[in-house]
Amino acid sequence: MPAEILLESIDLSRRFGGLLAVDRASLTLARGEVHALIGTNGAGKSTLVNVLSGEIAASGGKVRLSGCDVTRWTQPRRARAGLGRSYQRTTIFAHASVFENCRLAAQAHFQRAYDLWSDATRCSDATRAAEQAIAQANLSAQARRVAGTLSHGQKRQLEIAMCLATGPSVLLLDEPLAGMGPEETDRMLLLLEALKPGHAVLLVEHDMDAVFRIADRITVMVSGRVIATGEPAAIRGNADVQSAYLGEIGDDMPQAAGIG
Amino acid sequence: MDFAVFLVQCLNAVQYGLLLFLVASGLTLIFGILGVINLAHGSFYMIGAYLAYALAPLAAAHSGGGFPAALAIGVVLSIVFGYVLEWVFVSYLYEREHLQQVLMTYGLILVFEELRSIALGDDVHGVAVPEWLAGSVPLGGVMTYPVYRLFMSGVCLLVALALYAVIARTRVGMAIRAGATNREMVQALGVDIRLLYRIVFAAGVALAVFAGMLAAPVTSVYPGMGNQVLIVSFVVVVIGGIGSIRGALLASLLVGFVDTFGNVLVPQIAGVLVYVLMAAILLWRPEGLFRTG
Amino acid sequence: MKFRRFAILVQQTSAWRGWPLAVAVVVLAVFPHVGGDFYVDLVLTTMILSIFALSLELLVGRTGLVSFGHAAFFGIAAYATALLSPSGAAPSHAWLLPAGVATAALAAAVIGAFCLRARGVYFIMVTLAFAQMTYFVFHDTKLAGGSDGLYLNVKPALTLDGITIVDLRNPRTFYYATLVLLVLVYAVLAAIGRSRFGYALAGIRANEQRMRAAGFSTYGYKLAAFTLAGALAGIAGFLHAVKDGFVSPEILAWHQSGAVLLMLILGGIGTLRGAVLGAFVFVLMKELFQSEALFGAFAKHWQLPLGLAVIACVALMPNGIVALPTQLRRFRAPLLNAG
Repeated sequence: MPAEILLESIDLSRRFGGLLAVDRASLTLARGEVHALIGTNGAGKSTLVNVLSGEIAASGGKVRLSGCDVTRWTQPRRARAGLGRSYQRTTIFAHASVFENCRLAAQAHFQRAYDLWSDATRCSDATRAAEQAIAQANLSAQARRVAGTLSHGQKRQLEIAMCLATGPSVLLLDEPLAGMGPEETDRMLLLLEALKPGHAVLLVEHDMDAVFRIADRITVMVSGRVIATGEPAAIRGNADVQSAYLGEIGDDMPQAAGIG
Repeated sequence: MDFAVFLVQCLNAVQYGLLLFLVASGLTLIFGILGVINLAHGSFYMIGAYLAYALAPLAAAHSGGGFPAALAIGVVLSIVFGYVLEWVFVSYLYEREHLQQVLMTYGLILVFEELRSIALGDDVHGVAVPEWLAGSVPLGGVMTYPVYRLFMSGVCLLVALALYAVIARTRVGMAIRAGATNREMVQALGVDIRLLYRIVFAAGVALAVFAGMLAAPVTSVYPGMGNQVLIVSFVVVVIGGIGSIRGALLASLLVGFVDTFGNVLVPQIAGVLVYVLMAAILLWRPEGLFRTG
Repeated sequence: MKFRRFAILVQQTSAWRGWPLAVAVVVLAVFPHVGGDFYVDLVLTTMILSIFALSLELLVGRTGLVSFGHAAFFGIAAYATALLSPSGAAPSHAWLLPAGVATAALAAAVIGAFCLRARGVYFIMVTLAFAQMTYFVFHDTKLAGGSDGLYLNVKPALTLDGITIVDLRNPRTFYYATLVLLVLVYAVLAAIGRSRFGYALAGIRANEQRMRAAGFSTYGYKLAAFTLAGALAGIAGFLHAVKDGFVSPEILAWHQSGAVLLMLILGGIGTLRGAVLGAFVFVLMKELFQSEALFGAFAKHWQLPLGLAVIACVALMPNGIVALPTQLRRFRAPLLNAG
């Protein structure tokens, strides 16, 4: 059964002065899959995610969200259309509670713009969306805690919850496992696994173990170009990928198949 | 407008622009490298002008060598002053929010204005152009141009070139350029960042004071001059881009031309033109023509 | 039984955080009956400045946009009021207040559209520059009396069917009208603070990028806040024009913009009561330093102690007076533990 393609980049490029950070990158994201984006440092992964999310404008190529050409759209507009993203450095609002963080994020989706009067605590739509997001991110027990007091792993979970609160169909996750220990990593991977059915997830990660456990497809980038895309087994055996990494991950590539 | 008048206005525009560059370059360096928005920068210009007035008797007494001597004294004093001010005051501003920096330096303006008022009064003063620079140069048969203004332009240009040479060619300059983009890295490389900051601040102060001393015979010396030049300098920095010397030079000349020709062609609205220019640049390049970092 | 209920009532009432405000309003309402003319006038000026400070608090405290040009909108409204006031006594020109406010709001929308293209420190600089531009327009052109200023033709009155409801020529009426407007502006801003718009602004202040990623078109929100702040400043400008019946370009000077920022930081950024408190403290400080009774001939150099006070306050109390109790507690805590 052909999967529904939710996000597509077609020959996407981004130039910074003389430097071609992203060179004609093409990839697709389908509903129900976790698609990992890996590559050496400086390969252009974060730049690609920034162009996909709309934070930086593309120098060339197209981005399509559910078939619609969004290349010229601003980031907020794409977010409202269902493109969510989380950040590598935690960007939660530390002084507010977990619940308030998610409710604020959900507001973008549900409130009338510039609603100067309605009490923020009384938007039932946003409240419900926030509670659902918190539940999905397994943070229900911490809902009333001040975000700044959470553990690192919980903060990363909140980052995802805020993403989910806007009801996205596509999730661009920038190193959600950064700085996590093995237990927290396991929890996060279970979370991501649970998200698969309704969403398309693009995961930028350095933790190869985790990547090979969770990813349905993997795209490898080197120096701004996509050098390989395919299923984990194919990537593992790909000669170009192995030579590009020059043993960086070659010897560390896990042999056992992970989850799913 | 015939050619001679046009030439005169061009020369005026260049002279004003270059003078502005001296002030604005200090401002943009202090912000770009130290990360401090310094509202009191205009006060240094005012201090320079009043210093020229205060040292005028000295300059007159030793005719010939008096004026350069006064300038030199002014520069030395301002470097010392800037060094001490950074040490005692500015260094406490580094990690603070912009709003706090703005208000603390605003308080400094009030302090400087009143200290000047106590020491030298609130009157408007003229400063005599030194005799050996007092003549005029003929231009195209009908018009003449004051030698002193040419002198000003020349000196400012020399300073601009020297600034370029220091920043582009010396190790101190390299540290400065690096410091503008990455403070921690520069520190990690063993450069004494405290000393660097102190030097940069003192240099910025000296540039503004020197500009004020130089401008005094032309603009006369009056209490509000610091504030006026400050705001125009801000416009220059916004147009040119924070931290960019090249940007400051280009923007200063641009502002110089717009202001000078504006005053000649449309005097009623001339004062607004500079801001219109700024608004236009804002629409096109919100972070200035050359931004760094 | 009754005593217990009474005790609970007292506890609940004293726990109500609104009572300092209620007391303040009562004091202000009663003041004209007990204070001398000079002090009543001073309080009146301060109330007008409080409205001005409150309007900026929306921008600086809630949205995190440090504008150094807010005096422009105060001044534009004041001038609009003076320019639009009809030459003869009109039946009712209650429309003068909305007209002044609308002018300020329009100016804020246009200027804001430009300024908000700039971020961070550039924003501070361009707001200063645009305010200076408006100062120039009113000071150097013949548009509105130039540096001499402009007189208001007739002070406005609100009449209905020939009966004068509010006659602002009467100083007492004007005082109470100002107080009512102050309370209204405070209440409106408090409501906005609890609204979704207010929360969105707070989010923008905390992390604008995150808000954009969530789907908020932040430029629009910032422009709305800027315009609203300008409009509220316009109320203060209107009152200023009517109070003395005279406007001069000095109200547009950047010293005004600096002063109002100072009021905010003195009182405490991020709170409405801080804005009002800051306005009162600032006016008090200024009066103090200008007082010849205390400083004699040196009083004409009042900007010196003011400047030093500014530096000291910002350096030592960056969170303002409202945060003082917390600051002191933190000071004392280690001492208590050590002893």
